[in-house]
Amino acid sequence: MTESGYFSFRPSKALQLLIAGLLLLSITACSTKPSQESGSAAVTASGDQTETEPITIEYWQYEFPAKVELINTLIQEFETEHPNIKVKQTNFPYDQYNQKVATLVPAGKGPDVINLYYGWLPKYVQSGYLQPLPESSFPGIAEAFFPFVDTAKLNGSYYALPTGVRTLGLFYNKDLFTKAGLDPDKPPTTWEELVSDAKALTETDKNGQLVTEGFAWEPGSQLHHWFRDGLLYQAGGKDTSEDRRKILWNDTPAGLEAFKYLVDFATVHKVGINGFYTDDANAFKTGHAAINVDGSYRLGSIKKDAPDLNFAVAPLPGYKGKSTQASFWANAIPANVTGEKLEAATAFLQFLISKGVQEQWVEKVGELPAQKEVALQDKYVNDPLLGPFISQLNDANAHFFIDETQERTLFVNAVDEVLLNHVPEEQAFNDLVAKTQKLYDDYWAKQDKKK
Amino acid sequence: MRTTGVIPSRPKRRLWFGSGIGRLNYRHKQRLFIYGGLLIPLLYFVVIRILPILYSFNVSFREWGMLSPDKPFVGFDNYATLLSDSLFLKSLVNTGIYVVVGVPAQLIAGLIVALLLQQVVKLRGLFRTAYFIPYVTSVVAVSWVFRWLLMKNGIVNALFIELGLGPQSFLYSPSQAIFWIIAVMVWQNIGFQMLIFLAGLQNIPKLYYEAAAIDGATGWQRFVHITIPLLNPVMLLSVVMASIGFLQSFTQVLNMTGGGPLDSTISVVLHIFNLAFKSFDMGLASAATVILFAIIFMLTLIQLKVLGSRFQQE
Repeated sequence: MTESGYFSFRPSKALQLLIAGLLLLSITACSTKPSQESGSAAVTASGDQTETEPITIEYWQYEFPAKVELINTLIQEFETEHPNIKVKQTNFPYDQYNQKVATLVPAGKGPDVINLYYGWLPKYVQSGYLQPLPESSFPGIAEAFFPFVDTAKLNGSYYALPTGVRTLGLFYNKDLFTKAGLDPDKPPTTWEELVSDAKALTETDKNGQLVTEGFAWEPGSQLHHWFRDGLLYQAGGKDTSEDRRKILWNDTPAGLEAFKYLVDFATVHKVGINGFYTDDANAFKTGHAAINVDGSYRLGSIKKDAPDLNFAVAPLPGYKGKSTQASFWANAIPANVTGEKLEAATAFLQFLISKGVQEQWVEKVGELPAQKEVALQDKYVNDPLLGPFISQLNDANAHFFIDETQERTLFVNAVDEVLLNHVPEEQAFNDLVAKTQKLYDDYWAKQDKKK
Repeated sequence: MRTTGVIPSRPKRRLWFGSGIGRLNYRHKQRLFIYGGLLIPLLYFVVIRILPILYSFNVSFREWGMLSPDKPFVGFDNYATLLSDSLFLKSLVNTGIYVVVGVPAQLIAGLIVALLLQQVVKLRGLFRTAYFIPYVTSVVAVSWVFRWLLMKNGIVNALFIELGLGPQSFLYSPSQAIFWIIAVMVWQNIGFQMLIFLAGLQNIPKLYYEAAAIDGATGWQRFVHITIPLLNPVMLLSVVMASIGFLQSFTQVLNMTGGGPLDSTISVVLHIFNLAFKSFDMGLASAATVILFAIIFMLTLIQLKVLGSRFQQE
């Protein structure tokens, strides 16, 4: 600091002490106690309302225009049936959804009913955030809903229930089929047929570069799901043990067979490759991929982005058995909801999974009904686009995700090792199983410590 | 200087807070006012900037899953986990590559453009604007456009094949991807770098160049012995700023490759992001931010020492 006559004195002792004191105060004032207590206090306090005053509960869902609009309509329906309950919907963009939940809840601003991706449930349940849904309020789930919904059953109770579900199917381009001399009404139904059809549909230019992929191949997109819940079962293998602690992929040769089958599309048959168009859905929509394994949710965006695309859907090809991957967003109740708010939340949740709502969900959102009775009605089973998805629901599986991002990365890395570093498939696969098993072991170790 | 009680007819006035502040003379009161006024923005700065940093130090010593109610103190466990995690170490190595390759590339590119632009007289404004536009473009948009350009069936590959260089994997190659990302980062920052260097170049008196020309110095000698030394303060500023920027690479990495392929592009900040918001482990994430803070701090100190000392030429 330059010496000038004016400011050549040090701040007086009093001022120094003042500044130091303020700093100290601000450091020690940052307590580590979460303000969840204030949050839950507010929740229970407002629960003590008289019968005549309506109870307001909050519902959180991610931002998806069709879902948001439908929920708004459904809320009006619900409020007419339950005049003493008011529901408020809050939405966040999908990419930020987890972060918003994770930052707002510890601040005490949580919802009373929350819509979560089923793959996040193990984490959320482990952190004690959700409460189990009692059998008395939700009877007969196992009989009424499709079998894969039991992935939402942890420690013997259901923690969340879905309105709509999605499965993977085989999207194929009918025009490209005709151009290649294949029958557009006879999509491949076995592993072998898929390979031979894809080869016939692949087009390359004079430099050997792909012009049209016979089979879109992006391991990070849906193919890792296709492996875990589709190919593995189709080859006769199993995913995890009953208690979900052990990965059983290489207990039988089926796991390696399924892995090899997937990787061979790019390395051996050369009918598709990653990095072709920004992703597989784009390649399919622009007519540069003849076949793509994708989910039922893609129907909406194809209708919007490529309305003139002449395509159809078929069930996933089978081998020794049939299977497909299913996933779902489900509704849960946070653990800090009690008293009258809990009753209101339970009523709303029961409403959300009821048959009437599920039917409206199919029409407006395009997801498949989670209850068997609703899904297996003729009008849905015979629908040309929805039918192939619905027909697979009974054979669908939903993998129990410890950490979807990490599990996906492990799979993509394993495939990349084979593709880029020419690591033998068996070695890459065994590495994959070992690393995935480690994820599970760490999760369960933490879980057991809590008991 | 006494201002009260000088003129006998004017009575001495006592301010209501009596003997406390009233005892201070004018100069002290003025200083109190000044420091008091400065205290307010200082408080704001401390609360918004310093406090969260201290808080994250606190979080880094705890086991802090985002949603769980108890956050037990675990000492240095998080740091130990991180330093034995191969993915974290890989992200450190990658970040090192971003800095070691990116900073010189950015400086050299910016300097070349600034030197060339200095010679331009006509359309100077147009050129400067053109070079500066990438800097004010959305980083995410730029990342996606380059990702599209670098697709395996994209324009750049088509060009390479035409020129006979053979198809490249660009962002899908574990050895190449990181350099393509650095190229995109440098491309976007050239404009800013150019402006800083232009300002620095204009501060060099033409006198020196003329004197050197008279003494028979070549263009290259003039550059090395006049331009570079006199650009030192600007260089120091640029190196420090660019290093801090590259040490925190995130947006381009997330949008172009997501950290792959085979973890060859993942940066420390992206790893922190994944730890915090995908794996929900705030304790680990905070520990990683503290480590990053220490690295940036030390690097900046070293740079100030090494590069700053060269400038004492007066």
